[in-house]
Amino acid sequence: MLTYLAKRILYVLPVALGVSLFCFLLVHIAPGDPLTSVLPPDASQQMQEEIRKLYGFDRPLPVQFGLWLWKAVQGDLGTSIATGRPVAAEVWRAVGNTLLIACLATVIGFVLGCFFGFVAGYFRGSFLDKFASMLAVLGVSVPHYWLGMVLVIVFSVQLGWLPPGGAGPGGSASWKWDWEHVSHMILPAITMSVIPMGIISRTVRALVADILNQEFVPALRAKGLMDFGVFRHVVKNAAPTALAVMGLQLGYLLGGSILIETVFSWPGTGFLLGNAIFQRDLPLLQGTILVLAMFFVGLNVLVDIVQGLLDPRVRRR
Amino acid sequence: MTTPLVAMENVTVRFKGAQTVHAVNGVSLTLEPGKVLGILGESGSGKSVTLKTLLRLLPESRTEIGGKVMVDGKDVLALGPQELSDYRGAVTSMIFQDPALALDPVYTVGEQIAEAIVRHEKLSAKQAMARALELLELVRIPSPERRLKAYPHEMSGGMRQRAMIALALAARPKLLLADEPTTALDATVQIQILLLLRQLQRDLGMGVIFVTHDIGVAVEVSDRLAVMYAGQIVETGTVRELLRDPRHPYTRGLLAANLHGAKKGERLEAIPGAPPPLNEAPSSCSFAPRCKQAQDICRANLPPAVALGEGRLVRCVQAEAALQPA
Repeated sequence: MLTYLAKRILYVLPVALGVSLFCFLLVHIAPGDPLTSVLPPDASQQMQEEIRKLYGFDRPLPVQFGLWLWKAVQGDLGTSIATGRPVAAEVWRAVGNTLLIACLATVIGFVLGCFFGFVAGYFRGSFLDKFASMLAVLGVSVPHYWLGMVLVIVFSVQLGWLPPGGAGPGGSASWKWDWEHVSHMILPAITMSVIPMGIISRTVRALVADILNQEFVPALRAKGLMDFGVFRHVVKNAAPTALAVMGLQLGYLLGGSILIETVFSWPGTGFLLGNAIFQRDLPLLQGTILVLAMFFVGLNVLVDIVQGLLDPRVRRR
Repeated sequence: MTTPLVAMENVTVRFKGAQTVHAVNGVSLTLEPGKVLGILGESGSGKSVTLKTLLRLLPESRTEIGGKVMVDGKDVLALGPQELSDYRGAVTSMIFQDPALALDPVYTVGEQIAEAIVRHEKLSAKQAMARALELLELVRIPSPERRLKAYPHEMSGGMRQRAMIALALAARPKLLLADEPTTALDATVQIQILLLLRQLQRDLGMGVIFVTHDIGVAVEVSDRLAVMYAGQIVETGTVRELLRDPRHPYTRGLLAANLHGAKKGERLEAIPGAPPPLNEAPSSCSFAPRCKQAQDICRANLPPAVALGEGRLVRCVQAEAALQPA
């Protein structure tokens, strides 16, 4: 197990390096000059040069990358062109906000998805299976910005139970774990949970159906186990894959959904990315993507480790 | 005569679905305590289904079982869910064909054996583990302490089957069902497992029903044999009776289709044709289309079950005729 652990963690290094190079290049390949948005249209040639130098855009790309990476490792992601504030602070705040609703959404999606998946897998072909599968398909295919708006119309406008958007009375800066703030999480989290719910439910259904078809299930019954005893075995067999899928889904959600965060004006990473793209704010864009990619990589390692703990066969690979 | 451990009376098994399959068509058999019955037959002859009926392991929703199944004085087909799970493992347990598939891959062998012990006996987890270790010693697994904590994929095929046997013996069953327990193993390992099974059966005094398609294996372990064809037992008797004096043409064909004594270049004896489809209950002799001695009466009526002595039955119109060895 320790060698497995060490191996998984060592694999992170080349992946992280590749990811950072990729997201640096990606942003630079995109057309358009980042300075056009900050400079007045009638800026002189000399002024342009100075600003360019200030941001370091005049140096060759490899040097820029090296400098950027060196600073990034130390936690400095540069300053935003649009706002002039440090990128790291902006990104961390947004990641914190997105983490809140993404975790809640993943928990909701995982619990519901597992429930529907187990029901559908256990009662394959029955009415229950069709109903649960229908919900799963609906979950992955419904446009979630539309669902978000419908939820706002029903629960905020019509019923007035939950706030329609924002991150609380004082914005995200004054986050507290009270109803005032938590109530703002509910609608975006539910909207966000719909896709992971559908995907996890489909995966678990297939897993359960496959496990129940394996020969060890009658063998378990043959030694006298009743339904609950068999269920315990099905769960442990399904858990590694289900958790892996959940981890990946959490990774996707961390990227924040631009659409959902816009609908609910939730100050998360999706919101931040959207702004950075429209304003051609290169340092902000790079920083956000890098942090998100690192989260994704870290999450995958975590999933691998948990999988190794649960399934002895994984450790050998 | 003692009360038999197993008494199946006219058992029929049908699988419902797009097409009904008549897998078992009127099987009657008995097994005395402490004896070994070998059920011999080719794939699809209903031998595994017969075995699974004894544990009611067939999918309930798609299976119709008729007749009567008594094991150790219990009417197996009438057991409620709780009684059934008390019966499974404790009275009757089963060794499956492929231990690689029949053991749960994500639990250790020790956990799986202990689970069966705790299910049927009031023991703590620790006591159950200690007994699991004894069982692994009983089936002569090398370095059993280590194997207790091993996962199935960390063991060889032969060791897995030994672990499977230990698991089946966990709750001291009176009847052990073995569904081709050596088919998935290497030839050298097969012999070891057979010898082990035979010895455990003698030491523990269990009744065993052993299903196989391999005559050699069946002869090695059994006291009595039952030959199955198309969901019926076509001939039963002691091993000696069946080998010396096979009466049913199918049994004779099986014995002739043997590599022993065959000379190089000589054509091997085989039974022509294939088993009949089982989508209808048989109304005539199922073997007639492949039988060299078939008469009109064979194709018209079900053949009678002719009793030739104590526990010796042959389902053939010519059973009583003094057939000369083919």
